[in-house]
Amino acid sequence: MSTNAQKKGFGATLWDFLTTVDHKKIAILYMIAGGFFFLVGGLEAMFIRIQLAVPNNDFVGAGLYNEILTMHGTTMIFLAAMPLLFGFMNAVMPLQIGARDVAFPFVNALGFWLFFFGGVFLNLSWFLGGAPDAGWTSYASLSLASEGHGVDFYLLGLQISGAGTLMGGINFLVTIINMRAPGMTYMRMPLFTWTTFVASALILFAFPALTVGIFLLMFDRLFGSNFFVTAAGGNTVIWEHLFWIFGHPEVYILVLPAFGIFSEIIPVFSRKRLFGYSSMVFATVLIGFLGFMVWAHHMFTVGLGPIANAIFAVATMAIAVPTGIKIFNWLFTMWGGSIKFTTPMHYAVAFIPTFLLGGVTGVMLAAAAADYQYHDTYFVVAHFHYVIVGGVVFAVLAGTQFYWPKMFGTMLNEALGKITFWLFFIGFHLTFFIQHFLGLWGMPRRVFTFIEGQGFETANLVSTIGAFFMAVATVVLLINIIITSIKNEKVGNDPWGDGRTLEWAIPSPPPFYNFKQLPLVRGLDPLWIEKMEGKKGMTPAEPLGDIHMPNNSFTPFVISFGLFVAAFGAMYRLDYNWGLPVLILGMAITFGSMFYRSVKDDHGFHIHKEELTDDNDKGVKA
Amino acid sequence: MENNQTNTGNPSVDITYRRKRNAEEMRHQVISFALMIFFTVVAFVAVGSGMSGWFTVPFILLLAAVQVVFQLYYFMHMSHKGHEAPALFLYSGLLVGLITILTFLTIVWW
Repeated sequence: MSTNAQKKGFGATLWDFLTTVDHKKIAILYMIAGGFFFLVGGLEAMFIRIQLAVPNNDFVGAGLYNEILTMHGTTMIFLAAMPLLFGFMNAVMPLQIGARDVAFPFVNALGFWLFFFGGVFLNLSWFLGGAPDAGWTSYASLSLASEGHGVDFYLLGLQISGAGTLMGGINFLVTIINMRAPGMTYMRMPLFTWTTFVASALILFAFPALTVGIFLLMFDRLFGSNFFVTAAGGNTVIWEHLFWIFGHPEVYILVLPAFGIFSEIIPVFSRKRLFGYSSMVFATVLIGFLGFMVWAHHMFTVGLGPIANAIFAVATMAIAVPTGIKIFNWLFTMWGGSIKFTTPMHYAVAFIPTFLLGGVTGVMLAAAAADYQYHDTYFVVAHFHYVIVGGVVFAVLAGTQFYWPKMFGTMLNEALGKITFWLFFIGFHLTFFIQHFLGLWGMPRRVFTFIEGQGFETANLVSTIGAFFMAVATVVLLINIIITSIKNEKVGNDPWGDGRTLEWAIPSPPPFYNFKQLPLVRGLDPLWIEKMEGKKGMTPAEPLGDIHMPNNSFTPFVISFGLFVAAFGAMYRLDYNWGLPVLILGMAITFGSMFYRSVKDDHGFHIHKEELTDDNDKGVKA
Repeated sequence: MENNQTNTGNPSVDITYRRKRNAEEMRHQVISFALMIFFTVVAFVAVGSGMSGWFTVPFILLLAAVQVVFQLYYFMHMSHKGHEAPALFLYSGLLVGLITILTFLTIVWW
């Protein structure tokens, strides 16, 4: 469209992003917000490591340490890892299945703004009397005793952002079920789409448990109920169950899309189709299914009894089987391939042994009897950082390098990318490998300092030095992003040269309607099939016609903003007179804008086919 | 949906077929509707008659389960084509929910 070709001012661009319902722009919003929170969470991690660098350190006090620790975990899981993965899902998944947008573009925008305002609300706690300090698990006996409003920020912030995540998950499910291009059967979907699908199903089933848990705890703290108050007949263990019924699937929600990203990268740079595609799909679904049967392995020391512990221990170990299938499939994909060691491939190759280490310690921890020794030591910290950083963060960094051209139309610098990789890879193992041993030597988790002469000094110092490597790696990545954006050298459809799936068949970045004509999918790796037959692009599945597009809307922003306001009201209801009116005002904004959305007809607009044909393209390609 | 397909190329056949289908469908709905009202009445009677709770509670739960099936299959058309994905998700959700309840019953409260 001619109007889109004009250069827009900053204000117009900002307004465009505030009102957008385009999945590609929402992806960019997720990446910016997730990236910002990743830096915040990283900064908190640095403070933790500086505090623990030497014994008896007083860099931060015990109370502040608890807040930093809590916010590091909460921010990294809910506000960094999830949104960054949602960013990739939004950016890539609709393109991979040959769709013009997600099923509910408006809800997609709403999901983002809910997450964003929830995250901002949570982080405002730093400036408004102190952050939550009961750990990211926020166990009820501890969080009910926490003074001030820190834990209230946690509860309300996560409630709002959790609603956004749930909406996002449902949206992806509906999109994948209903909006696949002609010929794109379930068993032809790229692995990243499959993992998005399974992760979204996990979101659908797991987040309600979190919502319920947070609701009950919120009522206990703010409205005087006694669900978890043992003195009044409540049961504090129920919070632990509810939290982990959500919390364990949550780690699969994070790691499955990470598996998906690597399952895209490895075939592209090995120039071979993914080995054992159907077993990969099977393993993904099986991991998702088993993910719901294992939550009590976080609670072995609660005292559930030997039978419950044994059942959950065996179920947990069973997950190693489908994960092992995946590991072997990635190895066999590379086996005999003509491998190109690009930056994303570096991450992919490093991911396999790193994640395997995390998986092996996972099986160790799954042995309930042994877990009594490991419980609450740095061994656990080392384990979950190996799976979450070694799996998810590696995938996010690899995906950033890999999909950057598709999202922004420019290539990130490969040399700088490799520097980031090596610094991050070395720094990561330096930081966390030694923590296994710290744990086995008996250093407990969540302590703000340790005393001299226990043999923890050297190992903690090594760990802190490693953390600085990772920080430098992140700075190099930022420099890379800035340099690339300033140079702004545009690339073509398939900048890596060996793209296999549909997203590489359209321009980078794709036009706002994605596919001029929906492509005809003739098998797994559709673009590769066409390339092997000597064709330049996809065969269209439909004649060129008008495209129906949704209108931009500011309503998602306002709905989310209303809840943000209401959260302040709910929290300060008893402290200040204005609390209750603000609560009502916020809910009025939210429900008012929902009402506005319901009664106003918005039919979207059509791009006419005359606008889609230009001089060198008469509409014969997809 | 299934009962709206008109692809045999013969409109009169299709319309007769669809009429027949719709009539059948209507009959099922009326029967299940009547049954549901009957079950509701029975449930009230079970409570009102003063029978032991050990009978009424499981009995009402059973009636509720039957009503859910009626609701899903006769009013929400779960048996029709194109409802496989919702069915899959409903049953997986049911499975997850039941496992959770089972766990709570066995290791939290007893």
